[in-house]
Amino acid sequence: MTFLQQALAIAGKDLRSEIRSKETVNASLSFALVILMLFSFAFDPGSDQVREISGGLLWLVYAFAGTLILNRSFARELVNDCLDALISSPASGAQVFFGKCLANYLLLMVVECVSFPVFIIFYNARWPARWGLLLLVMLLGTWGITVIGTLFSAMTVNLRLRELMLPTLVYPMLIPALLGAIRLSTVLIAGEALETDDQIWFKLLAGFDVIFTALSLALVEIVLVG
Amino acid sequence: MCVMSAVAIEGVWKFYGDFPALKDISFNVDGGACLALLGRNGAGKTTLLRMLAGLSKAAKGSITILGGDARAEKTRARIGVLGHGIGVYEELSAFENLRLFARLYGMENPRQIAMEWLERTGLDRVSDGLVREFSRGMRQRLAVARAFLHNPSLLLLDEPFTALDDRAIAVLQGLLKGALAEGRTIIMSTHQLREALELATDVALINRGKLAFRGERSREMLEDPGWLYRHYGEA
Amino acid sequence: MRLKIILALSVLSGLILSWNLHTMFLKVPDELNQGAIFRIIYFHVPSAITSFAGFFLAMFSSVGYLIKKDLRFDSVAASITEVSFAFTTITLITGSIWGRVIWGIWWTWDYRLTSFFICWLLYVGYLMLRRAIDDPTTRARLCAVLSIFACVDVVIVWKSIEWFRTQHPGPVLSIRSGGGMAPGMEAPIWWNFLALIMLATVLVLIRMRQEAMQREIDTMRRYAHAF
Repeated sequence: MTFLQQALAIAGKDLRSEIRSKETVNASLSFALVILMLFSFAFDPGSDQVREISGGLLWLVYAFAGTLILNRSFARELVNDCLDALISSPASGAQVFFGKCLANYLLLMVVECVSFPVFIIFYNARWPARWGLLLLVMLLGTWGITVIGTLFSAMTVNLRLRELMLPTLVYPMLIPALLGAIRLSTVLIAGEALETDDQIWFKLLAGFDVIFTALSLALVEIVLVG
Repeated sequence: MCVMSAVAIEGVWKFYGDFPALKDISFNVDGGACLALLGRNGAGKTTLLRMLAGLSKAAKGSITILGGDARAEKTRARIGVLGHGIGVYEELSAFENLRLFARLYGMENPRQIAMEWLERTGLDRVSDGLVREFSRGMRQRLAVARAFLHNPSLLLLDEPFTALDDRAIAVLQGLLKGALAEGRTIIMSTHQLREALELATDVALINRGKLAFRGERSREMLEDPGWLYRHYGEA
Repeated sequence: MRLKIILALSVLSGLILSWNLHTMFLKVPDELNQGAIFRIIYFHVPSAITSFAGFFLAMFSSVGYLIKKDLRFDSVAASITEVSFAFTTITLITGSIWGRVIWGIWWTWDYRLTSFFICWLLYVGYLMLRRAIDDPTTRARLCAVLSIFACVDVVIVWKSIEWFRTQHPGPVLSIRSGGGMAPGMEAPIWWNFLALIMLATVLVLIRMRQEAMQREIDTMRRYAHAF
């Protein structure tokens, strides 16, 4: 049994039940839209100001919408003690974790890909010329959110204050990844040229993802098995 | 030592902080035996079963199951667990649930195994129905199928008969008897002394985290289920 | 024995601190550009270093817990984190006061201030998680994992914010840049560093005693509930 097979079985299970109920994606998506709308009151949506803060705006929306998905990720396993059934199966903690990461990643990417055009329309921005690079930034940044979020979702799953603890723990932890993603997105959405200095942000994003993916895979068994 | 024990528990301790929930538990269960794990609420039965199921680790001591570590992947593949919760997903159909667990247990042909077990538990007509639409009894039978579908050599059951309806009890008892006939090992914690003792070949009583009694099931236990508690229960 | 150590250390650090205050206010002249307020650096820098060192020590102790599963490691990690957290708060407040006088603003999103603030937030999470878990063993396990994550994150935060923006005055200690402060002015920093490290040790030791007692009380309560 390879590592991926079982992880994929778990990811498939999560996605299948999410497609049936659509509860978290719907909630996350409408939440994203609400925040996008609220931001329009915070400053003049048509001004040049938007250009300067577009990346920050976008990633705040993603990070907020993401917590909704991540909060449910392990919480949904509590119904009927399914988490125990998963952990006592031959799938290792790392496989369970990775499977759930994959599912969360896909769901969050869907939310992001839907809310991005809405953002473009609402804030009168132009479709970025180098959308491929922006997509790469989204892929890297979202993986960071997913890995940290899923691990902390596992960590807080049995707490009474689960919904409160997750954002408190996750957001400060995510700052380096968000910082890189915000900087790059702002440049790309404004259509400016990437300077050589900006490569360091790609490295930061990739490094963040690699370090925390490795750390999470190494420590998740300790988190799940007491 | 000619026959290897299916389960060997040696000097196992479990703590909550400095409070010992299990104190120096040691006993073996032979292959093919059916052990009834008795004790009052909070005595430590569930804690011990969770450790056997690989859901938690012993603070001290060792647990060897079927010759391997309790948390080893190979060991877990040979253990069937039926806990308090039914452990099946509400948003998936009965078939999808069983197929998922067949996959997780590394079975050769998950689809076929799932169908086979739906039939054996009388759920084949509702195989595509979502679990959330199921009645209580149907859920329980599905849970039983999930715990049995990979032909485990060791079955761990936590209070299996509580909250089961008649039909599910019949299915479960049939399966358990079949499993014993095939020489598989069963450990179950229970309050339902009569149902459990009928099946059990062995008995262990845990009292306040300590092993108070360990032996074969005797005649007087069957005739008078309270006997054991009166003799070894309250020290 | 431990009580004597605590007493000796606290007396010693008190003496050094008072002597330092004497030097700072009566011996050391005002700095040329900054005037009297520059003296805040004597507390700002040592408490920053102390808190940082503490977070790393706490991480090592957390790793120790995960390897040894001995709750004493958890007590050490928790105590050090709490004390370091207090020193982080001191660093933020002294930095803010200094900024008000020199830069004219209480807060600026300079990279070191921001990093310290993020660090502070990370460990707020740690302290909150400790309060949210009732079972001491589960608490120790999960908090150890969080401590490792937080410490790794602090390093990444530090680097990334440094790239993001820089407004903080450059390093002032001679070991880092080979100059910056006059030798007579720098000495009290090191003396204060020594005093604060001692003070931190005293606080950690006291906090560890409390943790041990807390564990004992918790165990007794569990015994009481069990029967």
